[in-house]
Amino acid sequence: MHGYPGDVILAVDTSLGTAVALIDADGARRAEAAAVDPLGHAEVIGDLLVEALADAGPGEVTHVVAGMGPGPFTGLRIGIAAARAFALGRDIPVVPVPSHLAAALTALETETQPFAIVTDARRREVAITVFDGLDADGIPHVVAETVLVRAADADAHLEGVRRVDVATLSAVDLARVGARALAAGRVLTGDEPLYMRHPDVTVPGAPKKVGS
Amino acid sequence: MSEPLVLGIETSCDETGIGIVRGRTLLSNTIASSMDEHARYGGVVPEVAARAHLEALQPAIDAALAEAGVRLDDLDAVAVTSGPGLAGALMVGVGAAKGLAVSIDKPLYAVNHLVGHIAADILTADSAPLEYPTIALLVSGGHTSLLHVRDLTTDVELLGETMDDAAGEAFDKVARLLSLPYPGGPEIDRAAADGDPDAIRFPRGLSRASDLAKHRYDFSFSGLKTAVARWVERCEADGVEVPVADVAASFREAVVDVLVTKALAACADLGVPRLLLGGGVIANRRLREVALRRAAEAGVTVRIPPLSLCTDNGAMIAALAAELISSGRRPSTLAFGADSTLPVTEIQIAEAVPA
Ligand SMILES: [Zn+2]
Repeated sequence: MHGYPGDVILAVDTSLGTAVALIDADGARRAEAAAVDPLGHAEVIGDLLVEALADAGPGEVTHVVAGMGPGPFTGLRIGIAAARAFALGRDIPVVPVPSHLAAALTALETETQPFAIVTDARRREVAITVFDGLDADGIPHVVAETVLVRAADADAHLEGVRRVDVATLSAVDLARVGARALAAGRVLTGDEPLYMRHPDVTVPGAPKKVGS
Repeated sequence: MSEPLVLGIETSCDETGIGIVRGRTLLSNTIASSMDEHARYGGVVPEVAARAHLEALQPAIDAALAEAGVRLDDLDAVAVTSGPGLAGALMVGVGAAKGLAVSIDKPLYAVNHLVGHIAADILTADSAPLEYPTIALLVSGGHTSLLHVRDLTTDVELLGETMDDAAGEAFDKVARLLSLPYPGGPEIDRAAADGDPDAIRFPRGLSRASDLAKHRYDFSFSGLKTAVARWVERCEADGVEVPVADVAASFREAVVDVLVTKALAACADLGVPRLLLGGGVIANRRLREVALRRAAEAGVTVRIPPLSLCTDNGAMIAALAAELISSGRRPSTLAFGADSTLPVTEIQIAEAVPA
């Protein structure tokens, strides 16, 4: 990380609503713009970027943190596409971060015991990641990797771990997790979005009879 | 700005297309296709296409810039397909286009994919400029549309379109019936090479007098597909080997016949002696041959852009935006989305109102 005054980090996430934020390299919030609508990411992403960049004031964006999900695929991809294209336009790196880490950092303002971030995964399923405090780099400590569970089975699955249901996400906290990963030289996830499911297709068999 | 430098992004189906043009000059037509990933499913799978777009965009933009020998800073505008097409696939392009345009602080033009197919023709430097009005027949795996183009940037009318399958889809489905691989167009073509196009009289969709009253310029290929399926099943029931070459040739003839007949009917009815062909199915040699021969007989001039510009591509999107810019149109606002059923009359989407 550059770290000289004026450097800022942009974060974009469309795993739930649409969230955009800029922070200073030290983690201080510069600007934030969001839409809670779980649809309509493509419509709002451009204006939210413009708004957040304008509010952030002077400074050079050095990195773009992309929320990689899990989340409904169609929406999730819009933010990742926008984050990557923005980074390409400025010739700066993209820092992929699992979106649940941002939600966990927000929750850690109040949570002291292990807790589970729970988000809607559609099709009557939820995505669950269990955390416990921060690790040495200041990144929420994952104690159970993200899994998809039938919504009706979520409580049984959690066996008493406190659940934190999340419907919106703080891009400021996403940026902070990204900044801490950069500072620690860590890669938190790969370039592939956290789809958690294969595309819904079946290899066709023999053609159906139409009869004569 | 007489020769705007524009980068176009096209993600409406299974091709990730990045094109760069300077006015009417093509600088790069970079295409990454996910076709191979769809082959095992026998058709385009929207979710597979959308995933592939996300992976392909950044490398395709880099490759296009390198080929064109320009930098993002040099661009006058970014253009993107807003529709019609597969919603989830379109949204990847829209997200990327907005991220890029905001990043480099350049105007963004959201444009119509079908009109883009017409714009592909203006990138053909060695032919005379496109004359208006023209009839345009756009045939691909995603669309089969007949258009009346009075002006590329202001006046395009839909005369007719397919009521069910696109022509390219019909090729894919019939290829499967004949146990031929995907994509069906080239496979049917190959199989038909030694076949007799008149061996089997397959139905011409929406071509009866009773249909023509309401659907003079519309197409339907699902009945044809069913007719082929019945024919193949009857062979199997009778223990006769399916004459694949004759079935392929006769099927292809039925598709080509109805496409060309309706396109030339539109030319005659509207007194427009010009026909522009576009879309990936134009790669079908028989379609081009029959169109050229019958158009010549009817006194209609046919234009066919190079095949690399007929299939879905970003250059045609950039070219359309360059024409919009040259004609003084304002950029789009950033507040548009993907519209999978965008009507062809909406050539540019969300043009900003003057301040
Ligand atoms: Zn097309």
